[in-house]
Amino acid sequence: MDRVSFSVESRETVSIVGESGSGKSTIGYTVVGIYAPTAGEIYFEGQNVAVPVTKRPKSIKRDLQIVFQDPHSSLNPRLPIGKILQRPFKVHAARGKNKKGCGQRVIELLEQVELSPDYADKISSTLSGGEKARVAIARALATKPKLVVLDEPTASLDVSIQAKIIAMLYEFQQELHLSYCCISHDLSLMRNVANRIIIMYLGKICESSETEEFFKNPLHPYSQMLLSSIPVVLDEEEKMKPQKIQASGEIPSPVNVPAGCSFHPRCVHTMDICRRDDPVMGEVETSHFVRCHLYSQQGTEVVR
Amino acid sequence: MRILESKWRRHRLESLKKGWYKFSRNRLSVLGLCVIVMIVLAAVFAPYLTPYSEHVGPYLAFDEAKEPPSVKHPLGTDLFGRDILTRILFGYRLSLLMAAMVIGLSAPVGVVVGLLAGYFHRTWIDRILMRITDVFLAVPGLILALAITSVLTPNLTNAAMALSIAWWTWFARLVYGVASSCRSEFFVRSAEVLGERWPHIVFREILPNCVSVIFTKISLDVGWAILAGASLGFLGLGAQPPTPDLGSMVADGSKHMPELWWMAVFPALAIVITVLGFNLIGDGLRDMFAIEEL
Amino acid sequence: MRPTLLEIDDLHVEFPIYNGCLKVVDGVSFAAHSGERLGLVGESGCGKTTCGRCVVRLVKPSAGRICFSSKHAGKTVDLVQPGKEEWKQARTEIQMIFQNPITALNPVFTIRTQFKTALQFVDPKRRQKKEYLVRAATALQEVQLPDPRRILKSYPFQLSGGMCQRVCIAMALASEPELLIADEPTTALDVTVQEQILQLLDALVEEKGTSLIYITHNLGVIREIAHRVHIMYAGTIVESGPPRELFSNPLHPYTQGLMNAVPKLTADVMSRGIPGSIPDYVKPPTGCRFHPRCTVRLPICEQTRPPFFPASEDHKVACFSYQKEA
Repeated sequence: MDRVSFSVESRETVSIVGESGSGKSTIGYTVVGIYAPTAGEIYFEGQNVAVPVTKRPKSIKRDLQIVFQDPHSSLNPRLPIGKILQRPFKVHAARGKNKKGCGQRVIELLEQVELSPDYADKISSTLSGGEKARVAIARALATKPKLVVLDEPTASLDVSIQAKIIAMLYEFQQELHLSYCCISHDLSLMRNVANRIIIMYLGKICESSETEEFFKNPLHPYSQMLLSSIPVVLDEEEKMKPQKIQASGEIPSPVNVPAGCSFHPRCVHTMDICRRDDPVMGEVETSHFVRCHLYSQQGTEVVR
Repeated sequence: MRILESKWRRHRLESLKKGWYKFSRNRLSVLGLCVIVMIVLAAVFAPYLTPYSEHVGPYLAFDEAKEPPSVKHPLGTDLFGRDILTRILFGYRLSLLMAAMVIGLSAPVGVVVGLLAGYFHRTWIDRILMRITDVFLAVPGLILALAITSVLTPNLTNAAMALSIAWWTWFARLVYGVASSCRSEFFVRSAEVLGERWPHIVFREILPNCVSVIFTKISLDVGWAILAGASLGFLGLGAQPPTPDLGSMVADGSKHMPELWWMAVFPALAIVITVLGFNLIGDGLRDMFAIEEL
Repeated sequence: MRPTLLEIDDLHVEFPIYNGCLKVVDGVSFAAHSGERLGLVGESGCGKTTCGRCVVRLVKPSAGRICFSSKHAGKTVDLVQPGKEEWKQARTEIQMIFQNPITALNPVFTIRTQFKTALQFVDPKRRQKKEYLVRAATALQEVQLPDPRRILKSYPFQLSGGMCQRVCIAMALASEPELLIADEPTTALDVTVQEQILQLLDALVEEKGTSLIYITHNLGVIREIAHRVHIMYAGTIVESGPPRELFSNPLHPYTQGLMNAVPKLTADVMSRGIPGSIPDYVKPPTGCRFHPRCTVRLPICEQTRPPFFPASEDHKVACFSYQKEA
């Protein structure tokens, strides 16, 4: 990750989109404290939390939760669901909380994600993918967090189950006033889910804008390449995609980042300056930021 | 903590049925299990299975000594006229007890060391624990046990302790592998993000995932522990006469091969069958504990 | 009308488990014609991968026929119980590409060794090592891999997912098969790489006249690559037709549910998914397997499996409700 800056407002869904090697999951893990940043700050409600999770105060741990990518490995396969869902209550309980209270809260959590109470005694490896995803979400919500990082929450799920999970997440956002930081590679899904889209490539942000604006007018060549490669199902969608750009080359390894603009070897609009200088983020239209030499004369530079 | 008591019982029953189904698909493992069950039953009910229970104590009947297998003594008699079948049945008791002691002492130590080293992977705790393990691994177990028992009084307890001193390292190694790979799994990371402390993560999250490996190893190790105990007995460093010990029975009998062949062959066969039985269940156990991917 | 290459008739596949039999594929019938590109679409557990594996004989069907007209054998071969000679001749004409390209290749051998094994199998005559290398290099160039010699010397873990998949495609097409079965070949790849692989497959298959059966759960991908798509649910085919027509006018309630649930760039509201869950394969529902979740079910749906009703020349749907309305 290299000089990444963004903010998430209350009740907002910010989506970070990129391919492999873009660093999108790394951001999510850094926000919740699995990785510590090498430099920079993370402010949560005014407090700097740029430290590993073991050093954070309990209230921050309660408010910042994460739903991991693969539901099959984010739940301990040998434990029953009830035990897994009890842990948030046991860890963050006020003193003197009795066991009966825990059991009732677990049943409430299960009902919230539309699972019947007898799931509490099932071993987690016997559940299907969609059910596991729901349990993972229930666990994240148990501590009543304020921001939930969703790391590709529906990547391994079928379309109909994905729709159910997304609807559920949306309802929770409305009821519980949650903010989401949603990490994904699926732009069609983010079109329907996010308020703001951030595109990342090789550890840097390429473009950041409101969702509607982004899909109407994608500025960065990489964003255009991404959009033109999405497989769509309807003719109307096909017309909305930018002109087909021949996606050339492969993503270089993050160890070997190209000099100048990291996208220049694959870009159709490469200029001389792109090979030498790394572009800076500029605001081209209201709230629409791009990091590209094509627009650096047009926009106003964002002072970091 | 059970949320709904009745459903929990049903789930447990289902898991047992599924586990047995997976185990029973391996025919040889089922055979191994039958052998083990028969041996354990034989050991437990030894006094009722044979009319010659006093032959395990100080018993002399030279007129019946050195008899080949017959109807009265199905496996023959030894130098002192004691029925070999009876002594084998009681010898099983000793062997199983020896295995239980060795594993009971070494498994907990090895598992805890492995878990701690695996969770604190790549820190100084890991390095120290694993280097200690390496040191103990470098010494051949049986030779270390020999050295120790020859210094102490040779008896069953001392032999078991001596074997455990090197035996725990294999558990540590095994559990270290599983624990360190679990360390980077998402469910451990979730627990850390939640704010769990390391004792909970090590013993309540990682340990259940090691259980399958541990139990498979214990089942296979029983055979090896019996063999190791028999080796010590063969050298006279296990239980002392007149207590029947399969190893020492083989030792005594081998001096009189091939004329009094039944004195060595039958105890040796008894050891072989036991070890084979425990080895055969290995495949079945591995399948039984495997997590199904839906 | 193109000649029929592969015909599957009333295929049934069952797997025994601890409390019964999983009836994973329950009466699937379809045909693939020469040069045609077919899509098998469905969600996980619907049996599409199992069908594909039956064709290459990785899975044994419990009932049904799979007939393949083999050029080498000179006749139609029954792939369920083929004769030894017939299968030997027919198998080089059917190739398969798997889901995760990095694990589909053996990690301890170089690409060169694996290619040689694949080519030797196809062409049993012993040839010089150089000949194999030349053929392999040509095949790699056809899949647009730069610097084939370096790739041949590499191990799979040294290559990216996209490159590994191209190598797998090259190996599969090196034997010039009549039928290529692709089992979710781009699921594990990034979107831009997926686009490149799809275009590559499209071009190669078109050029060589190979038939393609593309198995996936991604509706958008099928729309780009297939001439005809079969939608599968719980081991049965529920609707068939050309993808563009089918997606803009889905007739079966399951297909309609899927289309409503797919997120679209037009920001049409995503539905809440299809109510209910996939059935228990040990005791599947009688009649139409979708009826417990169907909003327009009729009493007959619980008793009889619906046959196919034609909606237009190419488009057919297995639903009594449709027949009632039509």
